[in-house]
Formats: sequence, structure tokens, C-alpha cells
Amino acid sequence: METFYSILPELIRIVVCAICGAVIVFGNALVMGYAERKLAGHIMLRPGPMEVGPHGIYQLVVDGLKLMGKQLVVPANADKPLFMLAPLLAFAPVFVPMLVIPFSDKIQGFDLDVGLLLILAFASINVLAILIGGWGSNNKYSLFGAFRSVAQNVAYEIPMLISLLAIVFMTNTFSLKGIAEAQSPVWFIVIQPLAFLIYLVAMVAETNRAPFDLPEAESELTAGFHTEYSGMSFSLFVLGEYANMFIVCSVATVFFLGGSSGIPLPYFEYSGIIWFLLKVYLLMFFLIWIRWTYPRTRFDQLMNFCWKYLIPFSLVNLLITVVMVKLI
Amino acid sequence: MDIEVLEDGKHHRYILNMGPQHPSTHGVLRVLLELEGEYAMDLLPVLGYGHRCHEKIAEFNPAKSFMPNTARMDYLGALIYNHGFAHLLEKACGIEVPERAEYIRVITSELNRIQSHLLWYGAYLLDLGAFTPIMYSFDDREHILDILEDITGSRLTYCYVRVGGVCKDIDDKFVTATRAFIERLRGRFPMYDDLVNGNVILQKRLINVGDLTPEMCARYGISGPMLRGTGVAYDMRRAEPYSVYPKFDFEIPTETRGDCMASFKVRFREMEQSLRIIEQALDSLPEGPVMAAKVPKKLKIPAGDYNCSVEAPRGELSYYLVSDGSDVPYRLKIRTPSYSNLSVVPEMCAGMLVSDVVSAMGSLDLVIPEIDR
Repeated sequence: METFYSILPELIRIVVCAICGAVIVFGNALVMGYAERKLAGHIMLRPGPMEVGPHGIYQLVVDGLKLMGKQLVVPANADKPLFMLAPLLAFAPVFVPMLVIPFSDKIQGFDLDVGLLLILAFASINVLAILIGGWGSNNKYSLFGAFRSVAQNVAYEIPMLISLLAIVFMTNTFSLKGIAEAQSPVWFIVIQPLAFLIYLVAMVAETNRAPFDLPEAESELTAGFHTEYSGMSFSLFVLGEYANMFIVCSVATVFFLGGSSGIPLPYFEYSGIIWFLLKVYLLMFFLIWIRWTYPRTRFDQLMNFCWKYLIPFSLVNLLITVVMVKLI
Repeated sequence: MDIEVLEDGKHHRYILNMGPQHPSTHGVLRVLLELEGEYAMDLLPVLGYGHRCHEKIAEFNPAKSFMPNTARMDYLGALIYNHGFAHLLEKACGIEVPERAEYIRVITSELNRIQSHLLWYGAYLLDLGAFTPIMYSFDDREHILDILEDITGSRLTYCYVRVGGVCKDIDDKFVTATRAFIERLRGRFPMYDDLVNGNVILQKRLINVGDLTPEMCARYGISGPMLRGTGVAYDMRRAEPYSVYPKFDFEIPTETRGDCMASFKVRFREMEQSLRIIEQALDSLPEGPVMAAKVPKKLKIPAGDYNCSVEAPRGELSYYLVSDGSDVPYRLKIRTPSYSNLSVVPEMCAGMLVSDVVSAMGSLDLVIPEIDR
């Protein structure tokens, strides 16, 4: 019984963190769903959703209800268990990284020593989900999307990790909080601009957003890996995508933009979350902006760009960082 | 999975069915791709999903009443198709068309051409994955549709041209609106250049994709911007001048590379030239009637063979009419540019990535009802 009481606070903390994580995931999906459609609208000279509520702010709620009410169609020749598993697998792992993101000095689920590794590990489960979904759909277009997604995500995880490793070498820690705190006078975007640029490109590719949205390339593959999905199973993929965007942008904020640092506000240990979210959503805005601006790259160009430019440059950057760290 | 695997000793090939309901086949074109990995080794366009027997219909009705059908073949170049058919009958029956009517035909045809190119521009970039430009080009296109709606009464499948002239005279409102539109579109071209045409991704997607040579074009009968992209300045408005085109000063834009980028640029510059033609036509618009005085109700076509070619937005459009002396054509053969342009696809796209197939087919600017007529 005593052991139970000793771990009880920790248990409560886990439950509270999980609930908060879920709130962030769903809240983020609502904000992003609305922002994406509204921004896309304004970029395209149209107002975006306007009908439901003032400036269409309830549109997402209505859409969500519609998607929930839809029939889950499983194609006749599909591999049913895999087909049903894929959306869950795309969506479920996004809660875990929420636990280690330091939203401010005091708002953080767990300050793990391996925070970065945890995030990267859980973020890459997404690839598996897409592969399973594409394979299980028994549709050539879906399969294409799945192939592309695996090749793309495996390739782009390398420069992403290497560019982040440069920061890890400088700070000697995998803990996100430690990394955020290490940037007290100068943000790492100033010291490591190349790493930031590489991360930014890899980030777009990792989240399968245009101009690197080849797994779902609409005009080539109809809808890529989620061609056969409908209703909630489709929206779980979308929720997963928005949550992944949030996670990669949070990592960028922690590693390059100083985490929750900013102009001090009252109760800054807590109110730092305002700065944090501001930076995250600024990066998200950037993602939306380029999605609705650029045409899509071709697959071989995408892979060439990664293997010929991003990986060598990130390695050089890492090497220089290591030498500098050793010298100073 | 029911992938059809063809064994040729080394490679596994399988068939991917693209269309008839696919986002980038623009309508009901179906293309069978024989793939090796993601490379399309062989292509087979399958037609016939939208066939309406227009040529057969022409053999059962008085020639004059075939006019609305012409608009339904190429719905983006309806006025040019009208114009060509009216021109054919006028040539056959020796009807003199008032000059003002010819001017109006040229102005509306060129507006129609710009409209078609603007739609191609948006749809092509949509094929390449850029979602936004189509909204901008549709914004411009909307102005043309409004202008044409005012005088023709319809927005897409016009039936404005009549044998002997046009059905309604243009007014001052049309002239001012058209002049304003010319100013507007000229102001928009630099924006398109800055935002889209200079984009690195776009250039990488278009340059050296879908290469054509003048020899290939001759073999397949390719015409229009695709042909002019290979450096051959062949345009029916200059090659076999019709209507009042010889009176205007305009260039035939050409490029030399013959790839998707070449036809992309040619179409863009054609819009500028069309604006020039419209401007000159508006400046020198003569007064007078818009309909020939004596056009018989029942138009008897003298026995014989007649041919008339005009420059449609996608290339050379030819009508070939055989008459036995009655008012109903014995046979009407229509040569539509997209049909010939499509025939090059198997040779042009063999060995390409699927993404490039989409890009190359988009640069043909296919209008499916024109192929399946």
C-alpha cells in the first residue's frame, strides 16, 4: 500500500498530462483546420468558410460531426485489420511527444533525459501507419503513396536528426528543457542558421506537406495513401498530420527559437507558454503559406535534394560544430 | 492484389488505370499506363466515354442548324469553332460578310482564346500541385465571361456567330469593358511571371520534360502551341489567313526547345498577342451592319468539297464538308487539334515518371469533348 501512495502523485500527473496532451492535440486540430482553410482562402482571393457562425468559425465542428456520421467504407478486397489499424496508428502516437515538450519553464509533463529521442521515435511511427494504410487499401494509387512516403520519410529523417544533433553536441543534453534553457542570451537560430534551414526543409517533408506532399499528390495519385479512406478513419489521418505539424514546429521552437523565452510577462514560469505557442504557430503559418504557394516537386528531385544537398550540408555543419565545441 | 504482372524476363510491369475519373485527366479521358516501378513504359489512351456523334448529326440536319453543335465540341473555344463553321458555309455559298461583323468575330474569338489559355494556365498548375494560381486566372477569366455574356447571352457554349455575320451588334459597354480588361490583364502578366513562371520548382518540373521535335510534330499532325514550342511558326491566322486577320499586326510566338516549358511560354505570349489584336480591332472598328443582307433561310450548299481551317486555342481546326447540293451536308469531317495532339502521348511519355506524364499531358491542353466529339 505504501508503494501505491508513493507513486500516486506520479500516476495523477500522468493522467493529467495525458488529458492535457489530448486537449492540445484536438485544440490544435481545430485551430489549424480553421486557420488552414481561412488562410488558403485568403491566399486564393476567396473568403474561405463564411456560412457557419461568424466568419465560419463553427465550420470545423460541423465538419467533424459530418465526418463522424459517415459510414466507414472498407473496400471489398482490402486487408481489413490493416486497413482499420492504419488510422489508429497514425493518430495514437502523437500524444506521447506532447508529454515532453516544455511549453514554459513550469509547464511540462516530464523532463526526460531522452526527450528528443522519444519525440523522434514516436513521430516516425507515422510512416508505418501510412505504409500499412497504403498496403491494406489494396489500391495501386494508395500503394504508390505508401511507397513514396516511406522513401521520403526515411530519407528526410536523417538530415533532420543530424541538424538537431549539432545542437545536442553544443548543449550536451537530450532533454528539451535543458536545450531550451541553454539559449538564454542567444537563440540557436543565430548560432546555427544552416541547421535551422535544413531542419525547416526536412520538417516540411516529414509532415508530408506541400511542396513535398508526394504521398498524397492529388493530381497524380488521386489522394495517395488515403484514397480509400472515408469518414473518421480519414479524419484521423488529418488529425495525426496536424498533430505532427505541431510536434515538429515545437521541436524547432525548442531547438532554435529559444523555447518559451521572450519578453518577460508576469508569472513568467507559466505565461511563457504564450511566447512558445506564438512561435509554434508562426512556424505553422509558414507551413500553410508555402503549401498554398508552391507547386509540387517531382519524386526524384525530392530525393536528390535530400541525398545530394541536405545530408552533406548537415554533416558538414555537424563537423564544424563538433570542432568548434572542442576548441572553445 | 490483382496487379496484372507482365513478365519480360527481367522486370515486373503492371497496369495502372488513370481515368476516366482522375483529377488530372480533365474530364473523361482514360489512359492505361504500363508501369515499371514508377516509370511509365507504355501508355494507351482509351477514348469514347463522351462520344456524341457530332459528325453524324451534321448529316441529318440543315447545315445552318449545326452551329450550336460546334460550340459543344471544344467548350473552351466555342466562338472560334462557331467562326470556323460560319466561315466554311460562307465560303461554300459565296456569302459576303460585312466588315464590322468580321471585326466583331475576331475580337470575340481572341477573347475566347485568352479565356481558354487562362483556364489552361490554372488547370495545368493545379496538375503540377500549385493550388492557388487557378483562382487568380479564373478571376481574370471571369471578366471575359462577363463581357461575352453581355453580348452573346451565354458564358461557355456560345452560339453567337451566324452564317453571314453575327447575331447581335456590340455596344459601347462592350468596348469600354474590353478596353478595361486589356489594361487589367496586361497589368497581371508581370504578377504571373513573378509568382509562378519564375519559380524554381516549376522550371524543374517543365524544362526537358515532354520533348518534341518538329519532325515528331509533322508525323503526328501536332499543331498549335505544342508545334510552335518546337520552333515552327505555323499558325492558321498567318499560314492561311482568314477573316480580317491580315489587317492586324501581331507576332506568332515561338520557342525552340520543344519541351513543356516551351509550350508554356508560347501560350503565355499568345495571350499578349491576342490582346494586341483586340486592341487594334477596337481602334479600327468600322461602322455598318453586322449581318449580310441576303442570307437565304434555306441555305443550299452547291455540290462539291469545301475545306476551311482556323486557329483554335489548341491548334489547327479544320472543317471538311462534302455537299450533294442540298441544304444538308452529305458528310462533315471535323479535324480537331486535341485529337492529333493526344496521339503523340504514347511516344512522348514513354519512359517517364508518372508525375512527368501528368505534366506532359497537361501541356497538351487537352479538351476531352473535342477528342470525343
